[in-house]
Amino acid sequence: MTPRLRLARVVEWLPALAVFVLVVGIWEGLVRALHVQQFLLPKPSTIVSVFWTQRHVLWPAGWYTFKEALGGFAIGSGAGVVAATIVGRFRRVGSALMPVFVAANAVPIIAFAPIFGAWFNPIEPQSKMAIAAVLCFLPVMLNTLRGLQSAKPGQLELMRSYAAGELETWRRVRVPTALPFLFTALKLASVLAMIGAIVGEYFGGALNALGVTINTASQVFQFSLAWAGILVAFLLGIALYAAVVTAERLVVRWSPPEPS
Amino acid sequence: MTDPVAAPAVVRLEGVTKTFPQGNVTALQDIDLAVAPREFVSLIGPSGCGKSTLLRVIGDLIEPTSGSLSVNGKPARKAREDGDYGIVFQDAVLFDWRTVAKNIALPLEMLGWERRRRKQRVAEMLELVELTGFADHHPWQLSGGMQQRVAIARALSFEPALLLMDEPFGALDEMTRERLNLELLSIWEQTGNTVVFVTHSISEAVFLSSRVVVMSPRPGRIAGTVDIDLPYPRTAQTRDAPRFFELVTEVRQLLRSRGEHLLPEEEAVLE
Repeated sequence: MTPRLRLARVVEWLPALAVFVLVVGIWEGLVRALHVQQFLLPKPSTIVSVFWTQRHVLWPAGWYTFKEALGGFAIGSGAGVVAATIVGRFRRVGSALMPVFVAANAVPIIAFAPIFGAWFNPIEPQSKMAIAAVLCFLPVMLNTLRGLQSAKPGQLELMRSYAAGELETWRRVRVPTALPFLFTALKLASVLAMIGAIVGEYFGGALNALGVTINTASQVFQFSLAWAGILVAFLLGIALYAAVVTAERLVVRWSPPEPS
Repeated sequence: MTDPVAAPAVVRLEGVTKTFPQGNVTALQDIDLAVAPREFVSLIGPSGCGKSTLLRVIGDLIEPTSGSLSVNGKPARKAREDGDYGIVFQDAVLFDWRTVAKNIALPLEMLGWERRRRKQRVAEMLELVELTGFADHHPWQLSGGMQQRVAIARALSFEPALLLMDEPFGALDEMTRERLNLELLSIWEQTGNTVVFVTHSISEAVFLSSRVVVMSPRPGRIAGTVDIDLPYPRTAQTRDAPRFFELVTEVRQLLRSRGEHLLPEEEAVLE
């Protein structure tokens, strides 16, 4: 990237940065001017200062929960890709399973959180991973399947003209076609995994988990600590999302630059 | 015209019929056609006359319902498996995730050519279609005409005897189409391929071909054949020659007479 292009990137980001600073500034100003109660809405400056002073509690808690989210993300997304491959390959299996998957997609999976707690030891991270995995599974599975089925008829015809076998057609056409779909789903799943892990912890979890920390802090009116916990969750969520975006840039290198 | 009996035909169809079970549509009926080596044959007809279906039958992408068919003296399936033909579609059908060079190299990779040999052939093909310098571009960076040239280079990269083209320039503007027509002729003269070319443009068919096969719709049948006796190499001036206009008129009349003749029949089918 030339320095000029890099500068253009920075300039592109400026408006968003300005809006962010403005919103935080207005928040800070309004809370001060209107003397809003701490438990209703703490000042951003308070949240950041608690984020720093309570770092020995919050940061390890964040890391603990992040690992749960990551585990659930990997398991759920992996299972989603495997399921999509099977359904995409065997039409019979697909027609038997797809209605079930689509119906399952309408179930608010978070509602299962207390039940997962009962299935696994609620203190252990497995139940949280399970929730995150279940949340990630369907969007990844449905999107990947859509991608695998999106190969253009002309491309398949061309492969047939080369007398290509099925494995070769998958490797050279279906899988590359599916990759952009997969990454769209993984971006969605990265956010869902954090939600799954934290909400799962609201129903019980290890004391040093982020969801438990946020939940307990709220119950004892330490709202600035709860907000600082949310800030940790937000930063980790962004980190996971950014990791997926980076992976996408490395793998899907052929796309035209996105109109942003 | 080349005598189809004397020369061993590259493509030979006898009584080929194709019926699609959905709606019981007869796309092709009793097609007899022989294409000799080095011939440039265009299939022309209104949409729905089965000309693309016929091309796909030759390429063993669609199986005929009845009739016999040989390509390069072999059953069509064997010819396809042996890589006896290259095909170009109306849409360039390039792979977005591959560069221009890798798109051209795709059939070579599948044939197991080693890297250095592939690279050399790709360079030759890029020169042939005048795209040297675009090897590392991605398809989205090319114009429609350039994409179609990549598709032609890919189809010819493994030196198939037969080139099948399904309205390859149909989606391009008139000026690009005329330029690519000239380029295609020059490529054909260099490579010595046999070409079967589907089009619905009369002037394109006459300009390119050594023989134009006119088809009529529902069911798809060969309405007649016009030998194009314009001398090769043809140039932009060929389009201005009086003989060119005579041949265009001849093809047009053949298309029109068959169309009128078929209209009542079509109405009968609709009833």
